[in-house]
Amino acid sequence: MAPSVGRYPLGMTSYLDHAATGPMRPEAIEAMLPFLSERYANPSGAHRFARDARRAVDDAREEFASLVGAEPGDVIFTSGGTESDNLAIFGLGSGDGAAVCSAVEHHAVLDPVAALDGRFVAVDRLGNVDCADLERVLAEGPVRVVSLMVVNNETGVIADLESLSKVVRKAAPAAVLHSDAVQAYCWTDIAKACSAVDSFSLSAHKFGGPKGVGALVVRDGIALTARQLGGGQERERRSGTQNVPGIVAMVTAARLAAEDRVSEIARIENLRDQLLDGLLAALPGTIETAGAARSNRAAGIAHLCIPGVESEALLFLLERGEVSASAASSCASGAMQSSHVLAAMGIESDLSRGSLRLSLGWSSTQADVDEALAVIPPAVEQLRKFGF
Amino acid sequence: MQVMVAMSGGVDSSVAAAMLRDQGHDVVGVTLKLWGGESDSGCCSVSDVDDARRVAQQLEIDHLVFNFSEDFDRDVVEPYVADHARGITPNPCIECNRHLKFDRLMARAEALGFDVVATGHHAQVVRTADGRPRLTRGADFAKDQSYVLHMLKASQLENVMFPIGGMTKDDVRKRATELGLRTAGKPDSQDVCFISHTGGGRRVFLGNRIDMHPGRLVDKTGEQLGSVEAVELVTIGQRRGLGIGIDGRPRYALDVDVAGQSVLVGTAEDLDVASESLHSFGWVDDAARVESLASSTVTAQLSAHGDEIVVSELRETPSGLEVVWATPTHRVAPGQSIVLYDNNLVVGGGLVSRR
Repeated sequence: MAPSVGRYPLGMTSYLDHAATGPMRPEAIEAMLPFLSERYANPSGAHRFARDARRAVDDAREEFASLVGAEPGDVIFTSGGTESDNLAIFGLGSGDGAAVCSAVEHHAVLDPVAALDGRFVAVDRLGNVDCADLERVLAEGPVRVVSLMVVNNETGVIADLESLSKVVRKAAPAAVLHSDAVQAYCWTDIAKACSAVDSFSLSAHKFGGPKGVGALVVRDGIALTARQLGGGQERERRSGTQNVPGIVAMVTAARLAAEDRVSEIARIENLRDQLLDGLLAALPGTIETAGAARSNRAAGIAHLCIPGVESEALLFLLERGEVSASAASSCASGAMQSSHVLAAMGIESDLSRGSLRLSLGWSSTQADVDEALAVIPPAVEQLRKFGF
Repeated sequence: MQVMVAMSGGVDSSVAAAMLRDQGHDVVGVTLKLWGGESDSGCCSVSDVDDARRVAQQLEIDHLVFNFSEDFDRDVVEPYVADHARGITPNPCIECNRHLKFDRLMARAEALGFDVVATGHHAQVVRTADGRPRLTRGADFAKDQSYVLHMLKASQLENVMFPIGGMTKDDVRKRATELGLRTAGKPDSQDVCFISHTGGGRRVFLGNRIDMHPGRLVDKTGEQLGSVEAVELVTIGQRRGLGIGIDGRPRYALDVDVAGQSVLVGTAEDLDVASESLHSFGWVDDAARVESLASSTVTAQLSAHGDEIVVSELRETPSGLEVVWATPTHRVAPGQSIVLYDNNLVVGGGLVSRR
């Protein structure tokens, strides 16, 4: 029985794309409102209103620093993860050494490294950085910056930065070690996960804050050359009037996510495991993309490869079943692109063609999982019947 | 009905989508991302996707983008390049319709539960007296696109719709203007969509993918008359760039021998042939075959907007079909399509064989 192809009202009953973005925490919305109305001043100004805004930014910076295990002076507020990663890759360190990153980084890291003719490190079949290859790539020549992400945005694989940092420090002692922690905030204790790195980037909308605000944290003593010049804000490292409402909301969301983290990880892991186990049981041949062991994976991301279907077609049927999910990354036109992450992991194309990412967040419920488990298997069966 | 309408971002498919919506169908618009490489024209650019999406938003229908670029590369671009390397001139729009729009897309639409695939082509589906579907020309003969759709079998015609096929182009633009669609004044696409004009055109596109070989221009006696930069870029029937004969008359390419790196040239009369052999020939259905072989009113169209040529006889051959002309007719480049009509109904088509 073909599903109805009628028009649907906005408002999906099962939103499983939190790794793309999620709803703001109501408290974060509440926190930003005064700074959109009466407390609107520019924090760089020289009057009472300005000092009020400045105070809010300073408070936010201090709290954010303590949440992520850094000093207030280390925190550079930016427009989000992509800006933070670009600033890091282009600006960290000194000298003319190369930029190096893993082959599974987000495009916000991958593309700047490619633009600098940088070098790429292989990962294994499970998505873990290959330490031997890391050593080899670092030894190829001088290195200025190395970027290794904490949580992979497609597969949810959590890197062991502690061990990787040892390899980097030994093989390239002069290099700055940066980490894209954009997907990590809800699923790891950032202060711990990033304790061994010199710099890391975060984005508010991945943990219940607004879009358009994020941070680059650069530890004291690490050289950083600004990319965006102007009024000299953020200690000359990122010019531009601070997004005061966004910063305040981001830190509010960060506080809430940190407070809930342990219980949320347990709650979301349970939902994720129901999704994975339910789909693996219902759909023969389906694999967990990063392997059956889930201990080193973000609680919020379930990534599967379903042979015999095409993601693009599957997502349409899921949408019709009011389940919002994702496959690989989308390009500017909105078309699906084949995943460089799965390619780097060596996933065969007949498997990666059927990739499916279901990602959960603070607002996810049992009902989201139940809906998905009711909708996905028949959709897959329908496509398999037609050879898709 | 549940209709998937292919929206290129042009005015024709925009109005097609609007008409289907107004007829009360459940309509979903789909734009195909076909080409991943550089191009400044055609149906593949991000700005065309923007236009299609924006029109869909205005019409309040869903809009999706399907990435068929791997299929397009394999089924259209690679054969296009490989054919040129052996002196054959394919029509990529026909191959795109054959493999992408009316194979890949139709199959996906069916799998997703749609009844029909619609496009903004200027062509119409009509019924014979005994109820069989036939493709016929668009009402606007100057814009008719039945030629590039000739590969549609009767079984496929049951599941396609061409909503604007009964309209003139002027009416289509008028309707788009009335609806306030941003594509109302958009110029028609003309060229091969994956070849960038600003990037040097076909010469550069092919030159980046295959080796080009200079060639000798020779006449029937074997005498060398000049040279061309690349034999791979010469198309049979071509006049441009081949110079003037000693008799002061224009020269045309009669044959291209890529391996021998030579181009045989001659006069316009030398181009004339009595018949063409077609391979990969397909009839719309078996009834069309039976009727056409017996018919005295079959005509042929040799290019997208070419004149109708009167056919005197159709001879089935082991490799396909031989089409005998009523009067000698300029030869057609191998790889091009010849489409047969009977009283403006498409009855079949195939690819011109090498002589």
